[in-house]
Amino acid sequence: MPPGTPVLDFVRYNQYLTGTKIGCREGDCGACTVLVGDLSTGELRYRTATSCLMPLGNAQGKHIVTIEGINMVELNPIQQAMADESATQCGFCTPGFVVSMAGFCLSKKAPTSQNAIAAVDGNICRCTGYKSIERAATRVAHLLEKRKTEEPVKFAANQAILPAYFTTIQERLQALSSSLNGELTNASPHAQRVGGGTDVYVQKHDEIKDASIRFLFDNTDLKGIRQDGNDCVIGPATTVTDLIESPLIQQYFPDFKHYTTLVSSTPIRNMATIGGNFINASPIGDFTIFFLALDATLTFSDGNLSRELPLRNLYQGYKMLDKRPEEYLEQIRFSLPAQNTQFNFEKVSKRTHLDIASVNSAINITVEDDLITHVRISAGGVAAIPKQLTKTAEFLTGKLLSEELIQKAISIAQTEIAPISDARGTEAYKRLLLGQLIKAHFIKLFPALEVEQLLKT
Amino acid sequence: MKNIDSRTHVRGESVYLDDIPTIRGTLFGAAFGSPVAHGLIKNLDLKAAEAMPGVVRILTYKDVTGENQIGGIIPDEPLLAEHHVDYCGMPVAFVVAETEDIARAAVKRITIDIEPLPVITDPREAQAAGQLIVPARTFRLGNTLTTWAECTYVIEGTTDTNGQEHLYIETQGAYAIPQENSGIKLYSSTQGPTAVQRAVARSSGLPMHEIDVDVTRLGGGFGGKEDQANMWAALCALAAHILNKPVKYSLHRMEDMAMTGKRHPYSSDFKLGLDKDLKMVAYEVTFYQNAGAAADLSPAVMERTLFHSTNTYFIPNVTATAYSCRTHLPPNTAFRGFGGPQGMFVIEAAIAKAAEELGINASVIQAKNLQQTGDEFPFGQKAQSEANACWSKANELYEIDEIRNKVDSFNTVNLLYKKGIALMPICFGISFTNTRMNQARALVHVYTDGSVGVSTGAVEMGQGVNTKMLQVAAHVFSIQPKRVKVLSTSTYRIANTSPSAASATADLNGKAVEIACTAIMNRLKAVAADELNVDVNTVSLQDEWVYVNGAQTDWDWNRLLIAAYANRVSLSEHGHYATPDIHYDKTLEKGHPFAYHVYGTAIVEVTVDCLRGTYETDAVKVVHDFGTSMNPLIDRGQIEGGIVQGIGWMTMEEVIFDKAGRLRSNALSTYKVPDIYSVPKEIAIEPLQTEAENLAIFRSKAVGEPPLMYGIGAYFALRNAVLAFNPSAKIPFDAPMTPEKVLLALYNINPAQHSMPHAHTQTANDLAVNP
Repeated sequence: MPPGTPVLDFVRYNQYLTGTKIGCREGDCGACTVLVGDLSTGELRYRTATSCLMPLGNAQGKHIVTIEGINMVELNPIQQAMADESATQCGFCTPGFVVSMAGFCLSKKAPTSQNAIAAVDGNICRCTGYKSIERAATRVAHLLEKRKTEEPVKFAANQAILPAYFTTIQERLQALSSSLNGELTNASPHAQRVGGGTDVYVQKHDEIKDASIRFLFDNTDLKGIRQDGNDCVIGPATTVTDLIESPLIQQYFPDFKHYTTLVSSTPIRNMATIGGNFINASPIGDFTIFFLALDATLTFSDGNLSRELPLRNLYQGYKMLDKRPEEYLEQIRFSLPAQNTQFNFEKVSKRTHLDIASVNSAINITVEDDLITHVRISAGGVAAIPKQLTKTAEFLTGKLLSEELIQKAISIAQTEIAPISDARGTEAYKRLLLGQLIKAHFIKLFPALEVEQLLKT
Repeated sequence: MKNIDSRTHVRGESVYLDDIPTIRGTLFGAAFGSPVAHGLIKNLDLKAAEAMPGVVRILTYKDVTGENQIGGIIPDEPLLAEHHVDYCGMPVAFVVAETEDIARAAVKRITIDIEPLPVITDPREAQAAGQLIVPARTFRLGNTLTTWAECTYVIEGTTDTNGQEHLYIETQGAYAIPQENSGIKLYSSTQGPTAVQRAVARSSGLPMHEIDVDVTRLGGGFGGKEDQANMWAALCALAAHILNKPVKYSLHRMEDMAMTGKRHPYSSDFKLGLDKDLKMVAYEVTFYQNAGAAADLSPAVMERTLFHSTNTYFIPNVTATAYSCRTHLPPNTAFRGFGGPQGMFVIEAAIAKAAEELGINASVIQAKNLQQTGDEFPFGQKAQSEANACWSKANELYEIDEIRNKVDSFNTVNLLYKKGIALMPICFGISFTNTRMNQARALVHVYTDGSVGVSTGAVEMGQGVNTKMLQVAAHVFSIQPKRVKVLSTSTYRIANTSPSAASATADLNGKAVEIACTAIMNRLKAVAADELNVDVNTVSLQDEWVYVNGAQTDWDWNRLLIAAYANRVSLSEHGHYATPDIHYDKTLEKGHPFAYHVYGTAIVEVTVDCLRGTYETDAVKVVHDFGTSMNPLIDRGQIEGGIVQGIGWMTMEEVIFDKAGRLRSNALSTYKVPDIYSVPKEIAIEPLQTEAENLAIFRSKAVGEPPLMYGIGAYFALRNAVLAFNPSAKIPFDAPMTPEKVLLALYNINPAQHSMPHAHTQTANDLAVNP
């Protein structure tokens, strides 16, 4: 099978493991969720993935676990909880939920029902109304209460939450990875580059599966989050989950985890790369908006020469990039917010979670004694490209922060955007919403402002 | 008792259509749908597609061996388009290839030349142009015309409710396997095996007895697979019949969303008259149903709208008229509630508008007008009402005054967040409104080892009907549930079935199982009486033992069966049930169409983020009329699921067609159904346990559809929250209440006026339902 084949098709139609279901083929329903175990961090780590968007090439050297792989003779306690709570009706989405909960049991997340429910944030059920699934998730969280410091994989196997063979995987993967080195390299300059697959595979798996692909997801040169002086340097193959788990990001963006709950779902965050979000060039990419406000700088390489380009200059028009085909993204760099600099991210979509924004916006602002000394605001969903609102920022810079000033800034923002009406909202809505999100930035960051004044339109 | 499929479901071992192992030589189909909503086919070019290696055959209407027709109620829907196309996605050709990938790649190589004709997407426009599926119908009670003069208040208005995509997680599909002598074994993801069998028979030209439609379970249906599974089954069967090879087609999500119909959008006008005591005395309503391009089930859906036009209220003078309007959208179809929710939304909107104009709570009007037992529905049936019981119990149990106080004080101190509440009483009629469909059969075999096989016409799609069938058999025989197996639904075992729909599946099929089991039981008792030499009336069976006059004997279930077999007594029975007492006269629009009604009251509480226009449902608290639930676990699941699906319809689920009739919300990325974070934080369900006799199986009232309508309360709660922030908001009665509509209402923005002239307004003009 070509390495571009989605894991989903391999699992169902080559291995005949039909417990993994096809619901949407765009990562939006979770019926095809699998576990992916690897040793990239030195220890065995499992994360969930939607197998419809995951190319076989990204499975190289990893342990892929389908629902069949967590079945034991009797129901495992996750399955028992789902059955006991009547959390399965038609049953079609159920294996995906069970696998997602298994992923929770294998993670180091605290055993709270909140976290257990968060683990199924990428699974859609059309029958139950989720209340029974919430009850089952709470029971699953209870299973882990005694875990303390024990390694999650060992605990799950020892407690018979998951099959005993999980304890042998680390060794087997080590043996496998040493025998696989270099098998997937693709030197062709025309090869299509694929990171996490969460954009390029959406509704296009049949076109891409036979393509010549260079897989970037596991390229260690393109990974990592590190501090370099006052800068943060991120490898473009870093996933959203990597960012969430990064102590550096947590230190400088205490609300980062909260922002990311508004961005896709657990399995997608496990797969989606930051570089992919930039290169995909969606006018509404959440992390493009995030890093635009931070005025990130990109490094591109064609293999020989490197060049730097501010993220704000990457987008030339709808899905048009200042990037030659042979160039690839090597590095992302941005200044870490200084002490008196504040950051906020806002997003509104039709469905609050697991949805694409109607409008999103981020702000990075420095205020000293009510004087705005530096500000960058970005906005998505309001133009053909993800926008840095430069005129708005220019207007705000050097002025005293007031309700009136914000109102004026919003009217200036209106002049730099050109939203269109589409399935995510009408033009009038997106214009109003951007203004509201700008207000939300200031209300959140500057509690002293008069909210009543600001709410006026 | 838990759902009997739980174990295989949670292990991923339950078999759905696409999981059936394919037979060697199986070919794969894919439909080519019209890219244009309305037009004349000038040329269809298949050459490039046919030339692709692996393409076996491309079928068009010319290849149909029977009649090119699959319309159920009205024969107005071709299997494959002939000379004109009537909606985007209408199947024109069916590619059959060696692999699924080749079939889909070939579809992309087909080109079609269509001369476009005017496209109508709006039902009122269609009605004005005389484009009706069936003649309009009017239900009348009393005389509205002479009553207006007596009304103290007269409220008029317009409402719109949008469609709803079923979004069963398992897409539509079929797998046809030719049998010897022209027979076809057909696996289909259908709620209506007989409907599929009829459509296949008609289009292939084969008699029904050649076609075995076999259904194990569906990955969700919700009405979407009641009639609309026919197309894919008929295409696969036709191809299998012609090529004498197995042919399978499991639709991709985007094909499914683009090619199949949804819940009917409605646009409606109302006029409501109240007397000085706020009694509703006159109600006129006109429904414009957006039927789509063919009848499908639209006339029946329209009928149910009329049957539910007054919801749970008694209004002495009613004139309700409905038009089923032909537009150029995919034929809209059954969806949980089947037109009832659309009718109920209008009366609730009328009450809300009256309350807003009078400056009172809508619940004041609701409470004064709840139906009493004996009150007459506009269609003549007399109510056996639990409306007041549910309403009072909900108000007392959940302390509505306390809820109101909390909401008021929250709203007083909070500027950025506002809460709103609404009460949503429901009344939903159980039975197919087409009286003849209220019949069912069951085939029960008792084997000599004591095991029991049960076949019915019911299709398991998550609603737990097979579990209930098993309970009926185990109860009547008084044996352990594990002795009973409910078999797949097959047209070879059970003929002429009604679809699993109208919430009536468990009632109809359960009664048939009860009849069949009781017949066998009576024969077994006679055998026992004979063997034990006692009067048959003294014999009973309990927990697998024979009792005489209440005393246990040494005859157990197995011994009795062996004796019966040895005596050549039949251990099999085919039970037939027809709902008694129901009738309806369409010429008078009067009768007694429903076996019974299900009642309930929900209190819905929401919070709106008045800065961002987003919202959460805090709680849905329900008192629901179960009769006496035979399976509280399953029934609770139906209520929770129905509520969330109803809230989805009223809030985030937005079907968007552009004016050219193209579906813009065509994938899960653009059509959003509730996720785990968007459901109410609390759902409380309290049963109204009633002991009265009813026609439900074991007096356990039907529970599939009614709870969906509690979700309507979310719309009105959101409206109240918006009004708490902006009392001058002019909010059109236009569901769903998306975050967009909320934000625009919070800030008095009228999108039509406010849109700036811009190059992109062209796109705005193209949007049909989102001006």
